[in-house]
Amino acid sequence: MMRELTIPITEEQILELHAGDAVAISGIATTGRDAAHKYLVDRLIEGQKPLSTEDQRIFNELKKIYRGGAIYHSGPILRNDAGRWSIVSSGPTTSIRDEIYEDKVIAAFGLRVVIGKGGMGPRTLAACKAHKAVYVHGMGGAGVTNARAMVEVLDVFKKEEFGLPEAFWKIRLDRFPGIVTMDAHGRSLHEELGKAFDERLAKLLRGESGG
Amino acid sequence: MQCDSNNRLNQPAFGEALFDLVRRTACELPEDVEAALKRAHDDEAPESTARVILATFLENMALAREKQVPLCQDTGMPMFFIHHPPGLSLRVMRRVCEEAVARATREQYLRHNAVDPLTGVNSGNNVGKGFPAVFFEEGDDEAVEVALMLKGGGSENVGRQYSLPDDALKAGRDLEGVRRVVLGAVRRAEGKGCPPGILGICIGGDRGSGYLHSKHQLLRPLGDVNPDPALAALEERILREANTLGIGPLGLGGKTTLLGVKIGALHRVPACYFVTVTYMCWEHRRRAIRIESDGAYRFIG
Repeated sequence: MMRELTIPITEEQILELHAGDAVAISGIATTGRDAAHKYLVDRLIEGQKPLSTEDQRIFNELKKIYRGGAIYHSGPILRNDAGRWSIVSSGPTTSIRDEIYEDKVIAAFGLRVVIGKGGMGPRTLAACKAHKAVYVHGMGGAGVTNARAMVEVLDVFKKEEFGLPEAFWKIRLDRFPGIVTMDAHGRSLHEELGKAFDERLAKLLRGESGG
Repeated sequence: MQCDSNNRLNQPAFGEALFDLVRRTACELPEDVEAALKRAHDDEAPESTARVILATFLENMALAREKQVPLCQDTGMPMFFIHHPPGLSLRVMRRVCEEAVARATREQYLRHNAVDPLTGVNSGNNVGKGFPAVFFEEGDDEAVEVALMLKGGGSENVGRQYSLPDDALKAGRDLEGVRRVVLGAVRRAEGKGCPPGILGICIGGDRGSGYLHSKHQLLRPLGDVNPDPALAALEERILREANTLGIGPLGLGGKTTLLGVKIGALHRVPACYFVTVTYMCWEHRRRAIRIESDGAYRFIG
């Protein structure tokens, strides 16, 4: 069964979700990957230096977007027609690279949904449980079907500094598809499946001498 | 067309052909890969997560082809493999490759993907130091044949090189050892390389040549049979066994973990026994063109 989620998403809605559920997400979110996560944590959340006016503006904007909202690990291809940006192709990128940051981002901003691919680790899983969030596995490689669900580009932050793929693109999602693989109850499909993969590999390697 | 009396390329015609190669590689999967994905879809149980994911892949493929937009946002580091007749300037051919990717980037067929590792600055046109990668091989044919592979970073990150013996996987210096480390690499990659994947493997060589030769293996059609019977048997066995791991599409469980396994071998020095595994994602973007001496070109893969 497909569950519809509309941003802002409540704690109650998150608690109804379980690992394995298919979801379709609608509302305003941003993309954000390696450079974005480093910036969110090192500069905005834990930065020792006072924020510049521009950084403070971005911080305030992101607080509004992320409260009950979603971040999408993706570095899109975009088109610019006479100043209007649109998404051409935008599948998820590998999420585990943001493992050292994501728990802090979830805690600081009140994110409800992290979208990416490949799953994340124990720190993010713990943050999902503590702060009532889920990790949604997107359709890796399916750049065009994903772009179809990213119906409008509303704004962009850090484009000049980070480049097009790494910038924060503020987008409107319309029934963006994914599968919950880490829920707010402490369950990770990646962890469970990984154990099964290990057992099957051990079986293939046990006592084999070729042939 | 590629030669005149001064052994110069007809650059505009060559450039048009290479641009078309980049565009089509980014937007349309080769037929053998499409067919393998369709078979994988039909093999998975109705209503299963694996089948839902594969159905999305098929839809993505059809949409990208119809709209002529890049299948995946990560268009990777373009790798050109050029077979050419004697006498052509390699520097000029490299420049034409650079111009083709820069144009394809302007027209949104490629993502801005060349990042200076020291400054973090994205060149914005897919041209940089060693970017795109261009490899040359001289032959006797009058035509130029160019193969292009676009390989995303997610799958590139899960490639591995083993120096045998490998204690953790109990892999010795023989084909059984190769089998063990390759299965270990597939397990370790799990969903992170966007399975169902295709493996390019090199046995032997050194650390550099091993990776390059493993990528050459990925240019082979999925349905070909390795001319070396021992390697053909190993390819078949690893493919069959890896598909019992249950990793499945995107690592979320299923029957199809790999679509193909391609193995080559290079001579090694006595002290070294490398096994190099390059993991290609399900969206195996490779195409090839043949440019005749009269300037006409056609796709041959």
